[in-house]
Amino acid sequence: MWSLSNIAANIDQWLNANMSPTWALIVEMLIAGVAVIGLFAALGLVLVIMERKVSAWIQIRLGPNRVGPKGMLQSLADTLKLLVKEGMTPGGADKLLFNVAPFVAMIVAMLLLAPIAFAKDFQLWDLNIGVLYISAVSSISVISILMAGWASNNKYSLLGAMRSGAQIVSYELSAGLAVLAIVVLTGSLRISDIIQAQENGWWLFKGHIPVIIAFIIFIIAVTAETNRAPFDLAEAESELTAGFHTEYSGMKFALFFLAEYVNVFIVCAIGATLFLGGWMPFHIGNWHAFNGVMDWIPSSVWFFGKTFFLIFVIMWFRWTFPRLRIDQLLNLEWKYLLPISMFNLLLVTLIAIMGWHF
Amino acid sequence: MFEEVGTTTEGDLVINMGPQHPATHGVLHLVVTLNGETIKNVEPHLGYIHRSIEKMCESLTYRQFIYVTSRMDYLSAHINNHACAMCVEKGLQLEVPARAQVIRVLMDELTRLASHELWWGAMAMDLGAFTPFFHAFREREVINDIMEETCGARLTMNYMVPGGVMHDLHPNFQQRVKDFLQLYKRKIHEYDELVTGNIIFQNRMKGVGIISPEDVLSYGCTGPVARGSGVSSDVRKLYPYEIYDKLEFDEVLEDGCDSFARYMVRIREMQQSVRIIEQLIDNIPDGEFQAKTKAVLKLPKGEFYSKAETARGELGVYIVSEGGTTPYRIKFRSPGFSNLSALNHLVKGGKIGDLIAAMGTLDLVIPDIDR
Repeated sequence: MWSLSNIAANIDQWLNANMSPTWALIVEMLIAGVAVIGLFAALGLVLVIMERKVSAWIQIRLGPNRVGPKGMLQSLADTLKLLVKEGMTPGGADKLLFNVAPFVAMIVAMLLLAPIAFAKDFQLWDLNIGVLYISAVSSISVISILMAGWASNNKYSLLGAMRSGAQIVSYELSAGLAVLAIVVLTGSLRISDIIQAQENGWWLFKGHIPVIIAFIIFIIAVTAETNRAPFDLAEAESELTAGFHTEYSGMKFALFFLAEYVNVFIVCAIGATLFLGGWMPFHIGNWHAFNGVMDWIPSSVWFFGKTFFLIFVIMWFRWTFPRLRIDQLLNLEWKYLLPISMFNLLLVTLIAIMGWHF
Repeated sequence: MFEEVGTTTEGDLVINMGPQHPATHGVLHLVVTLNGETIKNVEPHLGYIHRSIEKMCESLTYRQFIYVTSRMDYLSAHINNHACAMCVEKGLQLEVPARAQVIRVLMDELTRLASHELWWGAMAMDLGAFTPFFHAFREREVINDIMEETCGARLTMNYMVPGGVMHDLHPNFQQRVKDFLQLYKRKIHEYDELVTGNIIFQNRMKGVGIISPEDVLSYGCTGPVARGSGVSSDVRKLYPYEIYDKLEFDEVLEDGCDSFARYMVRIREMQQSVRIIEQLIDNIPDGEFQAKTKAVLKLPKGEFYSKAETARGELGVYIVSEGGTTPYRIKFRSPGFSNLSALNHLVKGGKIGDLIAAMGTLDLVIPDIDR
């Protein structure tokens, strides 16, 4: 069957047949690297146009409709424009940090693409601490925002960066605890194990109410972690003009912009993997005929379908909710989400120990 | 006068918010002294869009100067024109025909609706929600279209003239206003669903930006800002002009004293405006739309004052006449200026987000403040 894993296997076979194993590995790594960069750019473009179309739909507008069919090439045109624009560095800025910050944001987003299983047997790096790796690496993104805010020599940027620091560090806890719920149920940090454990049903349906609570907390926390509205205090355009990237222009701005969207994709992909079975088709117990039909749909379609559904939900948040205030934001995390998710984790552990899940 | 950027006293952070800033709705310049996120002081600096309208009016005739006033509070241009026309009529002791009075009130209330619609959208946008803006504009466009048909303009209508209105209503006017009311009643619940009932919105608005009734009086706040603190200040009720005393409508009062109360005042005021329009739209009397006036208007020597309730509060027009064809001196008492003066009181001790929210509930129109 035509699938992403078959293509990967064919490439691997062909390379190994034509060159020594070492060279084959090097070429494969190069291909993987190029693929990640390509995916980063492609995801950014797709998500930007998706956001604009979703927002237009919610706001009774048409959205971009001039460049290409139905305006689908608009974000490509915008990227080209940003590429040829001058990347200004403001006077008094810390030049090194200012110029490095967008690349840190980009590199973090790219690193996070590595352990994600896009389809059956199609994963760049199935490391045994996959979930831990994701939690650890995603924390670095706050550094890029702090660097950008501090180095810009702009008070709005600084305020945005400080807000973002407080916010991301806080909400990581809830996101982490929500993720731990699934790790406890699965007994493994490896992404492929977690997906395999959902063969007979996704955790969202198997794990009773605590997993649903964990899922909701996860969605709230990652919305905050990716600085998306209603938690977009780091940008808060009506308060801080553009927050931490006020002073950025041209491609350096575009990198922040793309990194934000790729981060949204990544957290949604992780949410889909942990709670909605990743590429695993929708299976119901031993309904073999039904499961067979579901299996017929390619695994990559399942994965991207679930991920884009979650992305749509997060976009939906953005275009309907007002923004929280900084103290309310931190209250929500420390007074509500964190205690609930801690208690919830206990419940999940109980379920896992007693084997109450399906 | 202006603090140097970056100057700090006692380690405070001084931010120049504006004159180019997304939330200041124009060119308002706020010098905000911050301690972290907490606001210690807000000092508005004005004058960026000062066009010396009052001085310009002194060299324009009594017919001409009314058009300039459309550019003060451009969101309630009709009501500005109306207040000026009334002041001139007072001087001329001119009786306005019944039809013109009804048309004026209808236009005023449509303007108030349009203005509150825009405020509602902008208010939500200040809080970070974009979508309400477009929903508000969907309805506001219809009002603008109605205005365009009758007045020939969508924003600065210049429709009120001394003695009545400039020309008669467009034949479609009644039907289109009725259609609009139908549409509006179908859509009004969306406003509450999208914004008013939202828990984040309520948390942002309730209990912040508090101003007591005493402070409302001492700052001279009028309009929804005063009524949000329970201070009765509706000129239409207290000093009725035109046919307002014959109409059935309530003065909206809320006693929350906070941002949310001011928000609710405007939301409920929109419904009162709809009520007024409904009473009048089928009862427009026949007759002249403009009283007969002389080609050149000359006010007798003396001082004349009239006031009207704009969407933002009480607009006073004070004309000193020396008996000539142009006013000797004109002074406008604009509602935005007094409301803005309460800003520091409202937000001191709050967060930056509160500043934006409170500023949104003041419904500032900067050209109205600077003139």
